[in-house]
Amino acid sequence: MSAAVDAALAAIDAANDSAALKTVRTEHTGEASPLARLNALMRSVPGNQKAAAGKLLGQARGAVAQAFAAREAAITEAEATAQLAAETIDVTAAASTWKPGARHPLTLLQERVADVFVGMGWEVAEGPELESEWFNFDALNFDEDHPARAMQDTFFIDPPEAHLVLRTHTSPVQLRALLSRELPVYVVAPGRVFRTDELDATHTPVFHQIEGIAVDKGLTMAHLRGTLDHFVQAMFGPEAKVRLRPNYFPFTEPSAELDLWHPTFKDGARWIEWGGCGMVNANVLRSAGIDPEVYSGFAFGVGVERALMFRNDVKDMHDMVEGDVRFSQQYGMTV
Amino acid sequence: MRVPLSWLAEFVDLAPGITPEDVHAALVSVGLEEEEIHRFELTGPIVVGQVLEFVGEEQTNGKTINWCQVRVAADGELAADGGPAVHGIVCGAHNFVVGDKVVVTLPGAVLPGPFPIAPRKTYGHVSDGMIASARELGLGDEHDGILVLGSLGLDPEIGTDAISLLGLDDTAVEINVTPDRGYAFSIRGVAREYAHATGAAFRDPALSVTADASTVAFPVTIADQAPIRGRVGASVFVTRAVRGVDPTRPSPAWLIARLKLAGIRSISLIVDVTNYVMIELGQPIHGYDLDKLAGGITVRRAEPGEKLVTLDDVTRILNAEDLLITDESGPIGLAGVMGGQSTEIGSATTNVLIEAANFDPVSIARTARRHKLPSEASRRFERGVDPAVAAVAAARVVQLLVELSGGEADGLGSLHDATPDAEPIFLPTGFISGLIGLDYTREEVRTSLAEIGASIEETEIGLNVTAPSWRPDLTDKWTLAEEVARIVGYDRIPSVLPVAPPGRSLTHAQTLRRQVAQTLAATGHTEVLAYPFVAEKSNNLFGLPIGPAVPQIRVANPLDGEAPFLRTSILPGLLQIAHRNRSRGLTDLAVFELGLVFRPVAGIRYGGSVVPPGAVRPSAQLEAELNAGIPPQPLSVAVVLTGSVVRHQPGQPAVAASWQHALAAVQQVALAAGVPITVRQGSHQAMHPGRTAELFVTTDAGTTSVGYAGELLPSIARDADLPAVVAVAEIDLTAVFAEAGAELRATPIATMPAATQDLSLVVDAGVPAGDVLRTLLEGCGPLLDHAELVDDYRGTGVPSGRKSLTFALRFRAPERTLTAAEASDAKLAGVAVAAARFGATLRE
Repeated sequence: MSAAVDAALAAIDAANDSAALKTVRTEHTGEASPLARLNALMRSVPGNQKAAAGKLLGQARGAVAQAFAAREAAITEAEATAQLAAETIDVTAAASTWKPGARHPLTLLQERVADVFVGMGWEVAEGPELESEWFNFDALNFDEDHPARAMQDTFFIDPPEAHLVLRTHTSPVQLRALLSRELPVYVVAPGRVFRTDELDATHTPVFHQIEGIAVDKGLTMAHLRGTLDHFVQAMFGPEAKVRLRPNYFPFTEPSAELDLWHPTFKDGARWIEWGGCGMVNANVLRSAGIDPEVYSGFAFGVGVERALMFRNDVKDMHDMVEGDVRFSQQYGMTV
Repeated sequence: MRVPLSWLAEFVDLAPGITPEDVHAALVSVGLEEEEIHRFELTGPIVVGQVLEFVGEEQTNGKTINWCQVRVAADGELAADGGPAVHGIVCGAHNFVVGDKVVVTLPGAVLPGPFPIAPRKTYGHVSDGMIASARELGLGDEHDGILVLGSLGLDPEIGTDAISLLGLDDTAVEINVTPDRGYAFSIRGVAREYAHATGAAFRDPALSVTADASTVAFPVTIADQAPIRGRVGASVFVTRAVRGVDPTRPSPAWLIARLKLAGIRSISLIVDVTNYVMIELGQPIHGYDLDKLAGGITVRRAEPGEKLVTLDDVTRILNAEDLLITDESGPIGLAGVMGGQSTEIGSATTNVLIEAANFDPVSIARTARRHKLPSEASRRFERGVDPAVAAVAAARVVQLLVELSGGEADGLGSLHDATPDAEPIFLPTGFISGLIGLDYTREEVRTSLAEIGASIEETEIGLNVTAPSWRPDLTDKWTLAEEVARIVGYDRIPSVLPVAPPGRSLTHAQTLRRQVAQTLAATGHTEVLAYPFVAEKSNNLFGLPIGPAVPQIRVANPLDGEAPFLRTSILPGLLQIAHRNRSRGLTDLAVFELGLVFRPVAGIRYGGSVVPPGAVRPSAQLEAELNAGIPPQPLSVAVVLTGSVVRHQPGQPAVAASWQHALAAVQQVALAAGVPITVRQGSHQAMHPGRTAELFVTTDAGTTSVGYAGELLPSIARDADLPAVVAVAEIDLTAVFAEAGAELRATPIATMPAATQDLSLVVDAGVPAGDVLRTLLEGCGPLLDHAELVDDYRGTGVPSGRKSLTFALRFRAPERTLTAAEASDAKLAGVAVAAARFGATLRE
């Protein structure tokens, strides 16, 4: 018996793979194996020795089975490891079944600004790009003979007697919001606007603005400043600051230039002219049938291209308008 | 507006050592935006020299140069450059004689250019400096010769610093004047604003001259037969005569230098003086040669077709709205815009009539625009000139001409002043604090308004404020609020965040729009933004509806004459962008744009000839008309793919962009919008006739076509300089989003086992598989859980001209296990419908 056990253990030990181990199993634990035959002889062992012999045989078979199981586990693991090793590929050369796309940063930036205001309870308003002169100018207190109207470099629609224009600013949306909504109104209007500027490094005839307007009882210029402070800090971080400088716009009175300060903009900490703002001109409220003695409002507008220039260090307007996919792909899906 | 600082300092105290940047900063704080700083850009030593002797030397090139000995310092002293008192200088000019005093730029000096001066060998001499011309000094365009100081009436000491002598050490700050602040187009106005900004003392130049009355009346008639918008063209008209002007007298150097810094070229003493007074007081002045005037002056509107030759030598055909200055000979000037040639001040003029008038801003603005003649005068009149300063300005011109030209005022003149009295504005107590959100004291309000020149009357409930004559922009209490807020300072306004009422977040369409863009980007498409300007033929090719002449909108004043129309489709812009990318070596492209397209409806005239007034809410009907006058501008999304969608890589062959990828993009959009888009074989004039899908959404009324997807017609791709296969898709998102947002009724998820069966049907090769699939979905009944096309076989075993379509069908009953027989029955029901509809047969 001990010879059979020794032979079995040696064979188990010598088995190097699962095929060899399978042979060992047949030869040393199968029905024809020496230990199986010894087991069959148990019937002829006298009764008084049966227990002792059975115990010996059980121990012998247990030792072989244990050795076999251990060997089998080791071989299975070694073979699994070997297979995984064989399956190794160069992941740095792996074929990609898709190509990444990207959003345009100007669109993303408008969405971010809108989100800041939506978070404050404001809503997003929209309007057509081809507008009537009334919405673009007259209703906004641009008198037809005022120099401010001539200064807008307007694209007119043919024939000019139809009094249609490509909107020169997102401000007509202010009027549309005031005409169509119940007061109070707190809305932002992002969108595309048009002026007859030739494309160069800092100008483009088609660009984007975001306008905000709030009309309510008791709104003041302090509320305008508070809104702008919150807005720029939400957009650019807690160190951003706003400065208001007197200026003139037909649709606001008082009016202010909106300057933005931030320590991390290109060329270092400095004030950057970003847009215009002020208290909604009484005539604009009247154009929407709102009594300026009862309601007041504030409005502001900023340039999106300009923001991308100072925030992301875009140096040339051509990059934003040419549609070179490398420009959008720098940003991916976020700005 | 350019403001020479020496001039500014005459009317307001400037701190010693103040820099132009400081002045800019002060002016910015009250609302005058900074532009550039202007200097003469030269450095010394530049001194007065006297020509002691010179020798003309003929050169081989035919020119004669003068070898001059010039004294630049007193005998026995060193010159400003440390050199000898007499310098030898080569000079090419000939307009001087021995004894003339000239401007010598000594070695070490730098002239504008920059042009550094050093001793240099030339024409056989060492020229130890240069005798300068006015142009070389940056003083003017004159380059007929060197600047002889005697011609400016100057006889300074030899060695005098010529930079300060000629006023070349002055600096001008340029500011941007907003359209409401006409008065800031004058040194007077800027000085006042500077005083507001800094608290420095202001001396009003309008108070330094007395407008004395004329003794002999010059006949002037204001006869405006057609006032514009009810305003008479000239409310003030002042004339004054000066006789005996010496036409040879030069403008003094300080005057030339100041005008130059202010951006105005010196012309002649008389013209220079009128310009000088205009810059100083903001009142445009016109001078007539009195001897060329025929009788008195009448101010009237033009007769249609009347003509006038203006100072710039152009014959102007006049419009009935143009306001004219006329004499007995006819028109002699376009009022407030440009004078006429017939009465022009010339080099022989000795007797001058000065006009200082106040013209209606609207009239002047229209005339200047109509004749494309923006001038220094029209710019000021358009923005409003102080009506009270006209008489003062005329007197100031007379004063300067008498002082500088040898002429005398003979008392001839006139004064017409029909300026209406200013109406006071009522400013209720507390209004400004309530609007600005800062508690201004009564004293702050009073002082601020007094400081800008307003007169104030106190009442129990507020102030009656009368704006100063130079502030026509102050028309209501809001404009007064701005004055108080800016004089006290915008930086004092506190920051208070208002609480908006609870909002409803983005609209569903706004959310979907973002989701469509995000989805396309996430599936490999890159967003771009094209200009919406296209050529007519691009719209005809791509626009909807399809046809040879798509209705479209033209821009009246396009920047690019080749592309004056507004896009009816996004595709032309994307194709251009694809081409641009390819030309930069980026050949594998998938680009998209989401934006508005302009789709007028044929036969509708958009817009309206009448624009309603501002400051009044239009009636509901008028508002509806305004909106109906604006052409439809639906939101569209388009995709263009070309090259490979998957590149060739190790173990991965390239996958070329094709119609399949255009259709995949359509399904991505449909998924993002939550609106199923169905596909049918379609045709589009710009697209491959066999590879075009028309896209539909289901609506309450049936189905609506929302766009196309497929491949571009290869010839069109070639015309666009693109590869033969260009996959495109365009979808009308406004139409798609209109079907979005319905709340879904959930289908319970059936968990009973499914029975799957394949089905091969033989149909004519031209039958669209999609139609067969739709038929099976319909014909197999409710037990059919899912069906999809898995094979399209043509060849052995299938008759020619037919094809075998194999569908994988999955049947399931919601509450029991389906038997194979039930599934087969359902399948055969579908087959029966397909057989009836398409002649489909089961493939054995």
